[in-house]
Amino acid sequence: MLEVKEISVAYGVIEALKGISFTVREGEIVALIGANGAGKTTTLRTVSGLLRPRKGQIFYQGQEITRLSPHQIVAMGLTHVPEGRRVFARMTVMENLEMGAYTCRSRAEFKANLERVFQRFPRLAERKNQLAGTLSGGEQQMLAIGRALMSRPRMLLLDEPSMGLAPLLVREVFSIIKEINEAGTTILLVEQNARMALSIAHRAYVLQTGEIILEGPAAELMERPEVRKAYLGE
Amino acid sequence: MLMEQWLSGLIDPYYQQVLTLVGIYIIAALGLNLITGLCGQLTFGHAAFLSIGAYTAAILTRDYHLPFTAALLAGGLMAALWGVLIGLPVLRLTGDYLGIATLGFGEIVRVAFTNMKVTGGAIGLAGISRASNLVNVTLFVVLAIAAVVLLENSRFGRALKAIREDEIAAESMGINAMWYKVQAFGIGCFLAGISGGFYAHLMQYLNPNDFSFIKSFEILSFVVLGGLGSIPGAILGTAVLTVAPEFLRFMAKYRMMIYGLLLVVMMIFRPHGLLGGVDFRRLLRRRKSKSLALGG
Repeated sequence: MLEVKEISVAYGVIEALKGISFTVREGEIVALIGANGAGKTTTLRTVSGLLRPRKGQIFYQGQEITRLSPHQIVAMGLTHVPEGRRVFARMTVMENLEMGAYTCRSRAEFKANLERVFQRFPRLAERKNQLAGTLSGGEQQMLAIGRALMSRPRMLLLDEPSMGLAPLLVREVFSIIKEINEAGTTILLVEQNARMALSIAHRAYVLQTGEIILEGPAAELMERPEVRKAYLGE
Repeated sequence: MLMEQWLSGLIDPYYQQVLTLVGIYIIAALGLNLITGLCGQLTFGHAAFLSIGAYTAAILTRDYHLPFTAALLAGGLMAALWGVLIGLPVLRLTGDYLGIATLGFGEIVRVAFTNMKVTGGAIGLAGISRASNLVNVTLFVVLAIAAVVLLENSRFGRALKAIREDEIAAESMGINAMWYKVQAFGIGCFLAGISGGFYAHLMQYLNPNDFSFIKSFEILSFVVLGGLGSIPGAILGTAVLTVAPEFLRFMAKYRMMIYGLLLVVMMIFRPHGLLGGVDFRRLLRRRKSKSLALGG
């Protein structure tokens, strides 16, 4: 579904990605794990069009999207949930969700999407008139995911959904991600919390200073001594 | 003319002049509120667009004998055109960088008008007909308020708010941020141009120095004092700050000092502006639910 070929991205002279390649197949959850500064967020931002690669190509459903801008990519059903939630703080929960459905033009479709999001996140329905900035961290993360789901994406890019959440909430968010995937959405997940990410992913890539150093089925990676040592804290 | 006579019987001509000026500035403030308040793009060059509208409209009525309404619209469109032309490159900048760039543009326009022949250069442009009055200005203010209220509550308005809150998140939602910013800028400049056209036909004389960056800051302070992003705030802020120097006239030389002090005190006690953060619809809803609860 998504094919990334040899992309290099640089911030000025600093090379953040040194020609990485990976694929995500339809229906999969693929995790991209690695330490701070490994290039995980850069990868996601490049896929969603917020950054331009210096070299390489990105294909989504067989079409090249390397030079498209973010709004064109969203319209193709590939939606990015940015790091740190980034909800619109001074807008209500409802308005945030309306923004998520920005690419959807029909009222009926909007209502159906809203219904589905409220079903998955009943808390958002309770708080729909509250300003998003007054929600708790967990609720904001749910709003960010719910907002992205409003565009009915075929593929979701999730950047660090566990960031700043209590362990119990992290578990909840991850079980929701798994449910979303089971309902038919392909997911590319970027995480520092490698244990959590590997527990729900089908396959994973390990990123280190802009290069992919390991890849394979998540369960297998979990057993690899170098992964256990570096990312699972053993 | 008849209307004027009838009005001057009701309201003292001096107050009429002040009220008309308030109306003219409200139009400009509504435009700036759209750009800076709703869309979050800081601009220090709004006076430039006022002057583009003012000179365009004035030259069209004075030298080409166009009807006032047509000249006014042409002034607004000319300002909008320049707004879009300038917006396209400049709106790639954000925050204070955008502020400085627009400040620079404002000065370029002022200097250009000082050196152009059609605008009368540094001597200024005199002999403009007095076509603005309290009636037509008020009429346009009402129209402008209706338009910006509709805009704010539309799909377009929500996109602007999203860009203000977080441009990257807005982009990830599928909003073409650049395009929306340029549109907001164009509409805001259109209102500035109209405001300028009215101004020209109230003062009957234009001088490039009337539109220096001080005027830009003045309009910005109307919007900030009222509360960025609040339409009632922009109106109230403009009214208070335009009328205050007039009512403070009895203090003669201390007048502008008091005016400055007023601004400082205001910002300390209401940092988000007079009506900033006041959600009228929410207040209304609360009152309704309260009265329901009491009634039940």
